[in-house]
Amino acid sequence: MNHFFQKQRYLIDFTLASLKRRPGKNLSLLLVYTMIVFLLASVMLFTHALRTEAGIILQDSPEIILQKMQAGRHALIPAAYLEKIGHIRGVVSKHGRLWGYFYDPAVKSNYTLMVPSERKLKNNEIVIGATIAKTRGLGTGDILAFRSADGRPFSFRVKDILSTESELVSADLILLNESTYRNFFNIQEGYYTDLALSVRNPNELRKIAEKLVVKLPDTRPILREEILRTYDAIFNWRQGIVFVLLSGAVLAFVIFAWDKASGLSAEERKEIGVLKAIGWETSDVLRMKFWEGSIISLSAFLLGYLAAYTHVFYASAALFEPILKGWAVLYPDFHPLPFVDGLQVATLFFFTVFPYTVATIIPIWRAAITDPDTVMR
Amino acid sequence: MNSAIHNIQLEQVKKAFNQGQDNEFWAIRGIDLTIQLHSATVLKGPSGSGKTTLLSMIGCLSRPTSGRISLGEKRLSGLPERFMTSIRQSTFGFIFQQFNLIDGLTVLENIMLPAYPLGLDFAELEQSARQLLHQFGLANKASSKVEWLSGGEKQRCAICRALINDPEILIADEPTANLDSKLSEEFMQMIDGLKSTGKTILLTSHDPLVYESPIIDRVIGIRDGLLED
Repeated sequence: MNHFFQKQRYLIDFTLASLKRRPGKNLSLLLVYTMIVFLLASVMLFTHALRTEAGIILQDSPEIILQKMQAGRHALIPAAYLEKIGHIRGVVSKHGRLWGYFYDPAVKSNYTLMVPSERKLKNNEIVIGATIAKTRGLGTGDILAFRSADGRPFSFRVKDILSTESELVSADLILLNESTYRNFFNIQEGYYTDLALSVRNPNELRKIAEKLVVKLPDTRPILREEILRTYDAIFNWRQGIVFVLLSGAVLAFVIFAWDKASGLSAEERKEIGVLKAIGWETSDVLRMKFWEGSIISLSAFLLGYLAAYTHVFYASAALFEPILKGWAVLYPDFHPLPFVDGLQVATLFFFTVFPYTVATIIPIWRAAITDPDTVMR
Repeated sequence: MNSAIHNIQLEQVKKAFNQGQDNEFWAIRGIDLTIQLHSATVLKGPSGSGKTTLLSMIGCLSRPTSGRISLGEKRLSGLPERFMTSIRQSTFGFIFQQFNLIDGLTVLENIMLPAYPLGLDFAELEQSARQLLHQFGLANKASSKVEWLSGGEKQRCAICRALINDPEILIADEPTANLDSKLSEEFMQMIDGLKSTGKTILLTSHDPLVYESPIIDRVIGIRDGLLED
């Protein structure tokens, strides 16, 4: 057993010496390899972080949102529908919501104006998201003026700025009271943007949604799980777009790795022949080359993954932010919670380290099973 | 190392390259030969006569296309690769014409290389390698990279590497081809020293300084893949 470990030590020593003997080639390979792992891991970590974040945010959202549809479009819903919903079994609470988008030509972006249920504000007072404050250069007590629905100049006073911790959802958010909202958008009493419903048993969600459609045929219930699925699809789609964009780089790496793997240099072939001639077994040569490939691929994997981790969780994924995060013009400063997902690491490992190791071993195995005399000639 | 070996026996050994193709070439065309152990033998012949091919088959570096090679009772030509390697490792030491040292490694590392697969204790292995370096006048070059050595030093390094596993048979292909007369004579003295320790020496050469040396017990002529009368 001692001989076995000593032999592995010798093989690893020789492998390290081999790597040092071709520093240019091996360093360039390590660099390209690391870059590929970095790019792929960054995309995977970032989209996963966004998905997780979206899930956490939606945990507090209503289980069912009921919208009125008019000619296939979302229309204001009468408050009387709250009464019509009546006493559907399983509905714990129901209330009307007021929210809408406002396009600000000054910064060419959309804001989300919303009436909060738990925050009391005076007329014309607003609480704004940190990104709006930053973009418009606003502080507490400042005035923000827009044109209302009927074209009047409308002034708001900034009462507070939302904390940056919630920036992913609050970046473009403006909170105001119900009266100011109705006044600004010219929405009369007795109408809401939509209705929010909570249910007692989540397993009955679909059944309750069916009852709602029967009772109010001009409405559309939207379930929280459907929104989550939509987010998932959007992030998967965005991830796919990035992977397509990166495919050029990945392809270049595959060609590079394949060239290195399949095209053993004359010097490498001769070295394999010499090692066999002086008494190394085919398995020794393969083991030595396996260590060589493993050292390069594992180092590249580790370095690439660590760099991606730092890039995503400590540098806000600066490289991919516009593609992966941009559903609004106002990009929030997003600091996702650092995490490591075992399955994700394993997937990335399987698609980067495994093919490289196999591609490297095959031509070496071919050379190693040939007579030393033939390989050296 | 293995005192049970009696001699090397070749029976109707043939070797073809690119067999079955347009450029098929028979390098060895049917050789019967017996080589006595504990002797110094030279395979003599011009370039392309087949002596290196014959040497590589005897040393288990390649297999004959047909015929039989035996080492004492052991038939080498039919052995699976794994056993061929084992015999190569324990029985033969090789000195190649171009030395085939591995650049980038030190002299000491090159010498220890054939013993790595045995998994020997590092201190013991290093001691053996240093003894050989001392014996062949390379003690002060142990830490030098092999590419920095002179031709004669490279050859001595190659000899040390060939001897690290204490083989029964030492095989050298055109050992003086890259050496001047003085270094060639030094080489033959070293061979004499090894022969006196009981090693079997098998050389190929067309250098008179080698095949006319009194150290050599037997000279076998070879031409166009056949033994000369």
